[in-house]
Amino acid sequence: MNKTEDMIQTIELGFSYPGEGGAPVLQGVSLTVERGSFVAVLGHNGSGKSTLAKQMNAVLLPTEGKVLVEGIDTREEARVFEVRQKVGLAFQNPDNQIVATIVEEDVAFAPENLNIPQEETARRVEYALRAVDMWEYRTHSAHQLSGGQKQRVAIAGIIAMMPHCIVLDEPTAMLDPVGREEVLSTVRRLNRENGITIVMITHYMKEAAMADRVVVMDKGKVVLDGTPREVFSEVDYLESLGLEAPQATTLIHRLRGDCPSLPADVLDEEEAAQAILHLFEGVAG
Amino acid sequence: MKDITLGQFFPGDTLIHRLDARVKLVLVILFIVELFLVKTLCGFAFMGVLLALAVAISKVPPKMMLRSLKPLLLLLAFTSVLNLFYTKGDPLFTIWKLTASWQGLELALFMMLRISLLIMASSLLTYTTSPIMLTDGMERLMGPLKALHVPVGELAMMMTIALRFIPLLVEETDKIMSAQKARGADFESGGVLKRAKALIPILVPLFVSSFRRADELAVAMECRCYHTSGPRSRLKVMKMCFRDYVALAVMLAAIPAILLGTNQVLFSIIPSALG
Repeated sequence: MNKTEDMIQTIELGFSYPGEGGAPVLQGVSLTVERGSFVAVLGHNGSGKSTLAKQMNAVLLPTEGKVLVEGIDTREEARVFEVRQKVGLAFQNPDNQIVATIVEEDVAFAPENLNIPQEETARRVEYALRAVDMWEYRTHSAHQLSGGQKQRVAIAGIIAMMPHCIVLDEPTAMLDPVGREEVLSTVRRLNRENGITIVMITHYMKEAAMADRVVVMDKGKVVLDGTPREVFSEVDYLESLGLEAPQATTLIHRLRGDCPSLPADVLDEEEAAQAILHLFEGVAG
Repeated sequence: MKDITLGQFFPGDTLIHRLDARVKLVLVILFIVELFLVKTLCGFAFMGVLLALAVAISKVPPKMMLRSLKPLLLLLAFTSVLNLFYTKGDPLFTIWKLTASWQGLELALFMMLRISLLIMASSLLTYTTSPIMLTDGMERLMGPLKALHVPVGELAMMMTIALRFIPLLVEETDKIMSAQKARGADFESGGVLKRAKALIPILVPLFVSSFRRADELAVAMECRCYHTSGPRSRLKVMKMCFRDYVALAVMLAAIPAILLGTNQVLFSIIPSALG
């Protein structure tokens, strides 16, 4: 595989915060995020998943191994803005990411920092706000928006850098169900329609299920890596990590004790219903 | 607590909203200078009409303008009383050992008008100018100071962030107060010392959360390539146009008019027999 083709590559990445007894937060993480993919990173609190997110755009730098963003080593100080433009990072609390009071002025913050000419900045602001479906709110003040709208504005602020990849660190953790759905459908659309690579850190199984690939972290290491179907079929192992597979998967897993013919890789309620129906038809017929 | 109007911008598309932020800043400064040049009731009436006209054009509700005076009522009352009794002149009335004078009454009235108009004019500026445009305007007006190594850009960024976070912190203070009240905290009774002590359980969590916010914001800003070295571009380029020059001309023309007006003491409240 050609290295420069990959969006992000971590090679034996290790990290420990200075002065905390040297306990490593990340150890030997080797991960490749392919261009255009949608990767979910799952993990319990303290599994190192947020630290991993911050490694992906040089907010934190590896203490061991290295991180390559489109082939650029994140430790190259002179190219740090290049890395951050390629990989945008969005956080949990939208209130603490929005710098300016007015929506469009906040979205313009990154292009302004990059000294992008005015016409191009205006074009990017429009593109970014349309991409998250917030264009009609451009002159609103940020604190009048709902949580989901604020988070979309925060994401637009990153899109305005024209990144190839967006890393979202628990973007829905502080939102209500409506806001959560708004943000998730926006993220999905950005991946499918705008071709932006997505890395989403989360601890909601349902969110992880919509990714192409799920990476499970525990104690600073990658412990599972595969499609949602592959990962969620390991119900017992996930539970031992303090994670829960989606309810439908767990249900089928329990039924499999008595009916081993049920499939192990059920993802949602619809599939579970189909599987059970299929089983009954088999018994009847 | 919600009455903190600083940083409250009423989006709109009126002539006043569209004026260049730099021009608006200069206009307010000129207006304040003129307020201190004015020495007659007639002059204050003129300034009042000027401001009322601007408020009418801006479509900011007059109630909001009056509300901006509320935090200053105490100061207004205090300076009025001081002026009334401490100005030497023709006696008006006496309470205990203090004598109020006609000149004092005039001075008190003028000072009150001056402060009220000053506050309302600056409130109108913040009501009709988005905080970013405002700090942008200040940054550009202070631009020449960059040559003296004044960190103009950083100062402007600090202002922007302060303006953005004030409503958030007010909201948070409300939340913390409600939470403490729900657990039996009492902020209203007792002496000054007791009430000040009661504020500690509000201030501590507020400080802690502000620091956490600041930390997160700093990382988020770094992620969006914020840096203090090198130039930044702007989404909105400031360009002076016809209306800006007209507004400046009107405000400048008022200065000689006021200076001329002070020589003819029109409508002085001091009875001419005494004067």
